[in-house]
Amino acid sequence: MEVLVILVPLALALGLVGLLGFLWSLRSGQYEDLEGAAWRAIADDEPAREQRPAPYGP
Amino acid sequence: MQAKRDFSHYVRELGSGLAHIDLAVEGVSCAGCMAKIERGLSAIPDVTLARVNLTDRRVALEWKQGALDPARFVDRLAELGYKAYPFERVGAETLEAEQSRFLLRCLGVAAFATMNVMMLSVPVWSGVDMLPAQRDFFHWLSALIALPAAAYAGQPFFRSAWRALRSRNVNMDVPISIGVILALGMSVVETIGHADHAYFDAAIMLLAFLLAGRTLDQRMRLKTRAVAGNLAALRAETAAKFVSADEISELPVAAIRAGDVVLLRPGERCAVDGTVIDGRSEIDQSLITGETLYAPAGQGTLVYAGTLNISGTLRVRVSAAAEGTLLADIGRLLDNAVQARSRYVRLADRASRLYAPAVHAAALLTLLGWLLLGAGWHDAIVTAIAVLIITCPCALGLAIPAVQTVAAGALFKAGVLLNSGDAIERLAEVDRVIFDKTGTLTLPELDVVNCAGVPKDVLALAGRLALSSHHPVAAAVARAAAATSPVKGVVEVPGEGVHGFVNGVEMRLGKPSFCAAGQLADSDAVRDPEVSLVAFRRGEARYLFAVRQFLRPDAEAVIAALRQRGIAVEILSGDREAAVSAAAQSLGISDWRAGVTPADKVARLEEVKRSGSRVMMVGDGLNDAPSLAAAYVSMSPVSATHLSQTTADLVFLGNRLAPVVTAIDLSRKALRLMRQNLWLAVVYNVLAVPIAIVGLVTPLIAAAAMSGSSLLVMLNALRAHPRRAAWKSW
Repeated sequence: MEVLVILVPLALALGLVGLLGFLWSLRSGQYEDLEGAAWRAIADDEPAREQRPAPYGP
Repeated sequence: MQAKRDFSHYVRELGSGLAHIDLAVEGVSCAGCMAKIERGLSAIPDVTLARVNLTDRRVALEWKQGALDPARFVDRLAELGYKAYPFERVGAETLEAEQSRFLLRCLGVAAFATMNVMMLSVPVWSGVDMLPAQRDFFHWLSALIALPAAAYAGQPFFRSAWRALRSRNVNMDVPISIGVILALGMSVVETIGHADHAYFDAAIMLLAFLLAGRTLDQRMRLKTRAVAGNLAALRAETAAKFVSADEISELPVAAIRAGDVVLLRPGERCAVDGTVIDGRSEIDQSLITGETLYAPAGQGTLVYAGTLNISGTLRVRVSAAAEGTLLADIGRLLDNAVQARSRYVRLADRASRLYAPAVHAAALLTLLGWLLLGAGWHDAIVTAIAVLIITCPCALGLAIPAVQTVAAGALFKAGVLLNSGDAIERLAEVDRVIFDKTGTLTLPELDVVNCAGVPKDVLALAGRLALSSHHPVAAAVARAAAATSPVKGVVEVPGEGVHGFVNGVEMRLGKPSFCAAGQLADSDAVRDPEVSLVAFRRGEARYLFAVRQFLRPDAEAVIAALRQRGIAVEILSGDREAAVSAAAQSLGISDWRAGVTPADKVARLEEVKRSGSRVMMVGDGLNDAPSLAAAYVSMSPVSATHLSQTTADLVFLGNRLAPVVTAIDLSRKALRLMRQNLWLAVVYNVLAVPIAIVGLVTPLIAAAAMSGSSLLVMLNALRAHPRRAAWKSW
């Protein structure tokens, strides 16, 4: 039963990490647009911007 | 002639050289639109952020301050095929959004605490190999998690209960708060006394379940508000303000102040209240008074937001609500009606008024009973509190918000927006519907009567020409012809019409005299006072279009459907007798009144109310606003004046009247389910309370009973979703 001394705080710490993660996601506005978020996951990536140097040629 | 559009009112400076604007966008519905808009806008140089919110149908834009004019975003979106307009969150929506975030945060905290307390409780319940010291340790840990979590997540309930108690009322949050606080308090005392049972899990789980229900309810309401806000923004109410003696700037109405002078051109709808200081014209006040005949306007005439200018150009000095005007009268009537609105007691609060005393009496009797039977104080109190915990109204607290969320979602899909939370309950009890005529039973826009009498190619040409005019009558011709491509190089003669050339032939569309068709108009037999005539001339050939307001396409069927449901129908209109009687006759409504003033409308509603009827008022005009507030429940079309829309309990979209019936059907079903849910909660209590009274309740039983009953109520609420498409009989 000594294992409880490690496991219980560990479990609570994990839970707390989850809660903090949730509060962070809430603060950063991730629940503002639930419908859009569902679609963004399957949308194509944006084409690369032109600022990158061209791979070939002068 | 396009005056400069000035959106600076909506632009927010973010500091560090960035500016921000929110646009409401029409027609964004899929991932494709989202990507298209974001790419299209990001391609504009200097734009640093373009993000679509698909739930709210809005775009947030940020850019480097400088050369970029925000009007460019609106133009770019128009090129992409989306109508957009800058948008400003109004107070109500900001408040709801804040509330929604707070509830979600509470839910997160409660859910975290529930899961962790459960993790500690399950070993205690199973009791395998557990020493008393370990059990105490687990109880203390539970207390450490549950107490702060409940103090935070319980705020919505505690605050609302406190408010109710202070005004000597009882609402559902009172028994919830008492139950939670007593359960936690007793658990702490029991833990100190090394007892077997602590109820931290039940108390915090109760909060988590209830918060889930409330959060969903709140989200639905926020979504409805967002759509209503977008509709208001997309109407793009602007006014042409004089910035100098002869220079105008197109400004959003929100940026217009009293004392400003604005220009009102023919065919424009006035967006402000004010007095004419220069110019002569005819104005259409139908949205204000219900009267469909045009009124002359000149220096000193008062005009109201919603007035349509027909023929000449007017200069209007904007006034703040002046005393002694129609607007002031309506404002006063509205205030009286709102005050007199018999405070409707929500079903949930009525239930809790019965429930709270019953439960608290049961707990007290349990305490006394056990004392009389010779039990000790400690045992008697613990048993009494167990009664409170087991009856803690989890199912009861969810019974109504759960149904409301599902029903509001179904209404939303049917094109009805809910303005007030308890409208569903009230709507379900309606037994009489009073309609306004102009703009409610009839369509808000004009339509061409004699399309069939005009050759197709002529109609198409006239429609293309009409696209260049601002006049409402021309707009009707353009709509009738389904015209999309305007003729190039068309000139508008204010107050007369438009003319231009197609293949070298001169075309004119406008007043009969403008098209040299005066004789044709005089000889025309159709002398209905409701009809306006517009002439079209191609070369030497002349045609006449008759334009008038039509009844909504499904008005007759809707009246029949209402009757079929045992609902009486009546018309109360500010329009002339001839016009009202014609409409009433074609709809088969025998009960109608014409030429009614706003005060008379309210008086008639009071009269009907005294006879015991539950009346729904459906109206759109400024003159309807007081009666919308005085009715038991009220509804407005989306074309209504701003004041009417905010006064009405529900707003319906589109050209059809069918949402009125759909809303009644859905709300009747929802009310039935709410009652069912309340009974389910009662049955659960009847089964569970005896167990608690005899003192057999353990934390395990409490947790199982609570989640079981909540689940049952939630599942029953889902039935409020219509299985088939909403009411459609044609």
